[in-house]
Amino acid sequence: MTTDELPSDVVALLDTPMYPEAGTFPVEQGYIWTSCASVENGNPLYWDPRLADEITGGPVAPPSMLSVWFRPHHWHPGATEPAVPLQLHFDLKARFGLPEAVITDYAMEFFEPVRIGDLLSTDQTLRSVSVEKTTKLGVGRFWVIEVSYRNQHGVLVGVDSLTGFGYRR
Amino acid sequence: MDSLSNVMAVAVGDELPPLTKDVSATTIVLGALATRDWRPMHHDHDFAVHHNGTRDIFMNTPNFAAWLERYVTDFTGPYGRLGRLKFQMRDSVFPGAPMTITGTVEDVSERDGCRWVDVRMAIEQEQRVCVTATARVAVPAVDNDNPWSRRDDAWRP
Repeated sequence: MTTDELPSDVVALLDTPMYPEAGTFPVEQGYIWTSCASVENGNPLYWDPRLADEITGGPVAPPSMLSVWFRPHHWHPGATEPAVPLQLHFDLKARFGLPEAVITDYAMEFFEPVRIGDLLSTDQTLRSVSVEKTTKLGVGRFWVIEVSYRNQHGVLVGVDSLTGFGYRR
Repeated sequence: MDSLSNVMAVAVGDELPPLTKDVSATTIVLGALATRDWRPMHHDHDFAVHHNGTRDIFMNTPNFAAWLERYVTDFTGPYGRLGRLKFQMRDSVFPGAPMTITGTVEDVSERDGCRWVDVRMAIEQEQRVCVTATARVAVPAVDNDNPWSRRDDAWRP
């Protein structure tokens, strides 16, 4: 679609990095094991420190865990309501009055390995918003949000691209 | 041949061994918590049924990514380094039935001395295709090559 068909305030959001955020906890070994256990991932890189030293120069996190390091704790001191990850997704639901949403496509690119102790930072960029469409779920819009992740040295470790569909039944 | 020799000899059209897993409520909840996803449709049966209109709780998005990564690196071994992973969710994976992951090597290429293997995958449950996916994984091109040692311009997935 052309951007002419979108409200101007939404057009203004396109291709503009938003919500820069620093992680609140470092990449940790325990969560790596929890993740591996959840899918019975026996890759020795994540279980054998000697092998990790040899192959990856020390322990690394499974690449697909990227987004895990950015999902907030469900509660923290002083919080009044649960924090939500991917704020831009929720902004778009609210902007278009779409109470429901699902993620339909997920694409990940991996760069510098994520290491235990890393503290990642992210931002979110809206890449596209569709015209209203009707699917079996309901009537709504598709949007693509890109999330980039950098480590504490400013080095890119990965990029997620999520296609969301916000809709009403 | 050992697993490293196997993966260095990989060719277009090769099929990866299928992976079948009995999916229980624990599988779904463990996957959601392991990915820090606290939304109720991944652990609360009543919420999933009455709010989402699904038959049960269902597997969450980042846990699919973890299953697909595990499937690819089961095949490559620890020298395999994921460059890209992309998937489309077409249906849900629920507790109470096995899911099966299958994969086929779609392309093998070399660029800047890096050997890339492109794999096309699917996750199915009860004859429903729930997820279709592609992964690009780097594997050693020659003896003593280690994709994990690549940095900057030498790593362009």
